[in-house]
Amino acid sequence: MTDTRERASAIDPPYDAPDYHSSGLRHPTRPLFALHAGPTELHGPVFGETAVRPADADLTTQHAGEPLGERIIVSGRLLDDGGRPIAGQLVEIWQTNSAGRYAHGGDQHPAPLDPNFTGAGRCLTGPDGEYRFVSIKPGAYPWRNHPNAWRPCHIHFSVFGRAFTERLVTQMYFPGDPLLALDPIYNAVSEPARPRMVSTFDLGTTIEEWALGYQFDVVVNGHLATPMVG
Amino acid sequence: MAVPAPTPAQTVGPFFRIGFAWLDTPELVAPSHPGAIRIEGAVFDGAGTPLPDAVLEIFQADPEGRFPPDSGPEWSGFGRCLTDEEGRYHFVSVKPGSVAPESAPHVAMSVFARGLLQRLVTRCYFGDETDANGRDPVLRTIGDRATTLVAAVAEGCYRFDIHIQGDKETAFFAW
Ligand SMILES: [Fe+2]
Repeated sequence: MTDTRERASAIDPPYDAPDYHSSGLRHPTRPLFALHAGPTELHGPVFGETAVRPADADLTTQHAGEPLGERIIVSGRLLDDGGRPIAGQLVEIWQTNSAGRYAHGGDQHPAPLDPNFTGAGRCLTGPDGEYRFVSIKPGAYPWRNHPNAWRPCHIHFSVFGRAFTERLVTQMYFPGDPLLALDPIYNAVSEPARPRMVSTFDLGTTIEEWALGYQFDVVVNGHLATPMVG
Repeated sequence: MAVPAPTPAQTVGPFFRIGFAWLDTPELVAPSHPGAIRIEGAVFDGAGTPLPDAVLEIFQADPEGRFPPDSGPEWSGFGRCLTDEEGRYHFVSVKPGSVAPESAPHVAMSVFARGLLQRLVTRCYFGDETDANGRDPVLRTIGDRATTLVAAVAEGCYRFDIHIQGDKETAFFAW
C-alpha cells in the first residue's frame, strides 16, 4: 500500500455507467462500506493441475474440424500490482466465433455458428505467471444498447489472483479497432486506463505461416471501487 | 523496475456461461457430508426483478478456520453458482470456523452479472450466530444495514437474498 498506488476509481469503471444501460437497475445506490479485508478475503482458492488439461488452452482443437477464421495466439503474464508474477493460477476465457456469434442459446445475432468452435478456454499460469491460448480472432457483434450498437472484437478474461481481493474479470480488445471509440463498456473506464485492456500485436508471438500473435498482460490490484463511507 | 498498471475490470456480459459452466461448483461438500449446510437465495435488481444472468462465487475457511493450502487437498473453499431462470442460486458447504478474534463465521461472496461493470463483493453471515455476529467488527461498522449480510435461518437452509439496488439493498464492500 504505497502512496504511489493508483486510486481504484482511476482503474475500474463505476458501477453506474449511464451510457451502458444494463447498469441502470444493476448498480448499488447506497454507499459502499470500507472493508478492512480479513483472512477470508486475503486468501484464495488453489486450483490443482488436475482441474485443467493443457488441451483446454487451444480453442481450435476442441472439435472434429478446425474452426473458420483468423488463427491467433494470445499470450502474456498474470502479475500483481508490484510486478510480481502470479504462478499456478486459473485463467478462463470465452469469446465469439469469427463471425461474431457466441455458442450460447441466448445469442440471437443472425451470424453463423461454427460447429468447430465453442469459444471457451482455460489454463493455469506457469512459474513466471505466463499463459498462452491458441484461438481464432473473435468478430464484432451487434447489441441493443443504443441504435446501431456494435461491440468491438474482444475476448472475455477471468483471472484468479492469490487472494479473493485479487479476483478480476475483464475483456481483452484488439489494437486499432474503430469500434472501441464508440463502445460504452470500454469507455466506462477512465481514459488513461483504457489502453491497458487493448492487446498488442507482437511479431515475436506470431508464428510464420500459421498464426498472428498478441500480447496481453493482466495485472490484478486487489482493490475495488473507492468506498464512499467508513 | 517500473510497476505495471492494474488492468481495469469489465462486465462478464450475458454469455459467461460459455466460459464459466465447466466450473459450476455449488457444492463444496456433498449434501450428505457431516455438518453440511445449504445457503440459498436469489439475486434481484433495483426493480425487484430476479437476475437469470448472474454468477456468484464464494470463498470461505474450513470448519477449523483454515484456508488453502493449510486446509489440505480436500478443501478449496471455493464455490461458483450460475443463477437459474428465476435468479436463484445455492451452495452446499460447511459452516466456516473463526478466522480472527471476534470475527463471526462468514463467507466472502462476489456477484458478477451483465450490467455490472465490476463485481460486487459482500459477506454472508449466519442468522443462528447471534452472539458472534453481535461482536463482529465488520457487522458493527455497518450499523443498520448489517441485517442485509445475515442469512436467515429457514427450513433446511440459510436464506441469503442479494438486492443490488433499492430499499433492501445489500451492503457491499470496497477496500
Ligand atoms: Fe462479449
